[in-house]
Amino acid sequence: MSKTTLFDKVWDAHVVRKIEDGPDVFFIDRHFIHEVTSPVAFLGLESRGIGVLFPERTFATADHNTPTINQHLPVQDPLSANQLKALETNTAKYGISHWGLGHAKNGIVHVVGPENGITLPGMTIVCGDSHTSTHGAFGAIAFGIGTSEVEMVLASQCIMQPKPKKMRITINGKLGKGVLPKDAVLYIISQISASGATGYFVEYAGEVFENMSMEGRMTVCNMSIEMGARGGMIAPDETTFAYLKGREQAPKGEAWDKALAYWKTLKTDEGATFDLEYTYDAADIEPQITYGTNPGLGTGISQHIPKAEQVLDGGASYAKSLAYMGFAEDDSMIGKPIDYVFLGSCTNGRIEDFRAFASIVKGRKKADNVTAWLVPGSHIVEAQIQEEGILDILTEAGFSLRQPGCSACLAMNDDKIPAGKYAVSTSNRNFEGRQGPGARTLLASPYVAAAAAVTGKVTDPREFL
Amino acid sequence: MAYDQFTILKSSAVPLPLENVDTDQIIPARFLKATKREGFGDNLFRDWRYNPDNSPKADFVLNNPIYSGKILVGGRNFGSGSSREHAAWAIYDYGFRCVISSFFADIFKNNSINVGILPVTVSPEFLDKIFLAIEKDPKTELEVSLPDQTVTILATGEKESFDINGYKKHNLLNGFDDIDYLRAMKEEIGAFEAALLF
Ligand code: SF4
Repeated sequence: MSKTTLFDKVWDAHVVRKIEDGPDVFFIDRHFIHEVTSPVAFLGLESRGIGVLFPERTFATADHNTPTINQHLPVQDPLSANQLKALETNTAKYGISHWGLGHAKNGIVHVVGPENGITLPGMTIVCGDSHTSTHGAFGAIAFGIGTSEVEMVLASQCIMQPKPKKMRITINGKLGKGVLPKDAVLYIISQISASGATGYFVEYAGEVFENMSMEGRMTVCNMSIEMGARGGMIAPDETTFAYLKGREQAPKGEAWDKALAYWKTLKTDEGATFDLEYTYDAADIEPQITYGTNPGLGTGISQHIPKAEQVLDGGASYAKSLAYMGFAEDDSMIGKPIDYVFLGSCTNGRIEDFRAFASIVKGRKKADNVTAWLVPGSHIVEAQIQEEGILDILTEAGFSLRQPGCSACLAMNDDKIPAGKYAVSTSNRNFEGRQGPGARTLLASPYVAAAAAVTGKVTDPREFL
Repeated sequence: MAYDQFTILKSSAVPLPLENVDTDQIIPARFLKATKREGFGDNLFRDWRYNPDNSPKADFVLNNPIYSGKILVGGRNFGSGSSREHAAWAIYDYGFRCVISSFFADIFKNNSINVGILPVTVSPEFLDKIFLAIEKDPKTELEVSLPDQTVTILATGEKESFDINGYKKHNLLNGFDDIDYLRAMKEEIGAFEAALLF
């Protein structure tokens, strides 16, 4: 038998038909939908006069444009309300499970899938949102699709997909004090650039990922798209199985044993080859922060902003990027004043992220010049924050908690950072205007966000640990 | 929705010589609230194109009447970021049928083909030649031939070929789409599904 990778194993098990000089007809086990990228797909079905082939394989949640305060009141923005209504009507019409606003299981699509055991190892998972790559943490092939493809999956449970090339990224050693999974992935992107993995599917390997919690693995796989990759995955192991056991929709009893036996086969064979490999040493990674307008423009927090000649793509776009941010080459990142802090999103809106944030703000006070939005990824996370006493710590330090949703990650609702203001954000994109027109985003970990929230400026969190 | 047919496109082009143009710039998230796919062209490159008071920014290329055409020419890593197909709809709705760059983000490339826009990848050198030709004469025409898989700068005759897989090419040439193909496979897909563990 030839040696194959984890990615090959899962991919090859889902090819329904190979088209000569064309894509594979690729079967999708789980399909997540939300209010923003699905309405036009349902319209398409209607205009073709066809239905949903396997409605039980699609799951809907409302998250992208939902408000994060007063969720019990009617949604104010008529356009958002209209999209939410469309999701409700469409899912009811076709018999698709729908966790809408106000539902106990509602939350960000990439948070609720895993926490309810819908996401499982060896699966193929798609959603009309590029951070679907998050689910790769479980050893699934998961990636974002466009609305035409959402329609394809509804109609046929398949998409047309050429098989991407394979890349492996290994980090050996142990992450240092104050260095979180977010830092590991920001570091990788700063090394290979925001387009360095375009055309590839990534497998993360090595001691650092083996020792990582599921939450941490989700943070890493989430950001795969920010290096241009379609997705990233990590081989399932005991950590994965322990996380899944007992989750609501995970298999039970005999089905669990059968599944487990299969999941244990999901790893890259020794000697299997990749099209490209990168290897890093954990000791080189410090807490990271971005200074530019794509996620590849980041650096260690103690560093200065690189000069144009030191960066890939260091031309006109780099100058434009720094001008937008109001930064100059060679500026020190430490000490830069900030106005907003956002803790949340499908990158860092899970319980561990709130624990990390709380561990720094505990016994301290929010800086007066900082507006902080702390947004749990789901109601389940929100409940856990309360149960573990984290809410008390946050309140004591002058913070309050908002209700679950995507919020300032893409600023479709009212949670917009004002023009020209600086936000330290635990989300995944620092594009121009991503967090509101004119907003300036510094991507970082929950520790860095917490240190900024209590000092009002960019601060090395290791001082507080 | 089925494709428009795409065969040979002869047109002047609009240059956007910036790298890493992401889909948040092509169509900002606050304009994604529609439940239909028409009308996104008005907000194409919204924040580069208009001031906060909605007056046009004179220095942005779409506001410069000397440039027009059905082809958009962008810098490296065009369409990175969000998977929103709205970005492709906005480009289509504005009137473009082809985007040329030296490198496209994966999802954007897929989405473009799925809405009937042809994404054409050329070498960085040829991209520079195109930008230069437009700089010299903003009305200069390009010819994009899908049957021959070539782009030609008509003023100079310089030509380069591009790749596209045979299946997608066939679809675009004929105006077919993937769903027609997939629905015809319903039985085969059903049998495949029945044999799965989950
Ligand atoms: S939190 Fe941000 S990246 Fe994640 S699903 Fe929501 S909008 Fe997409």
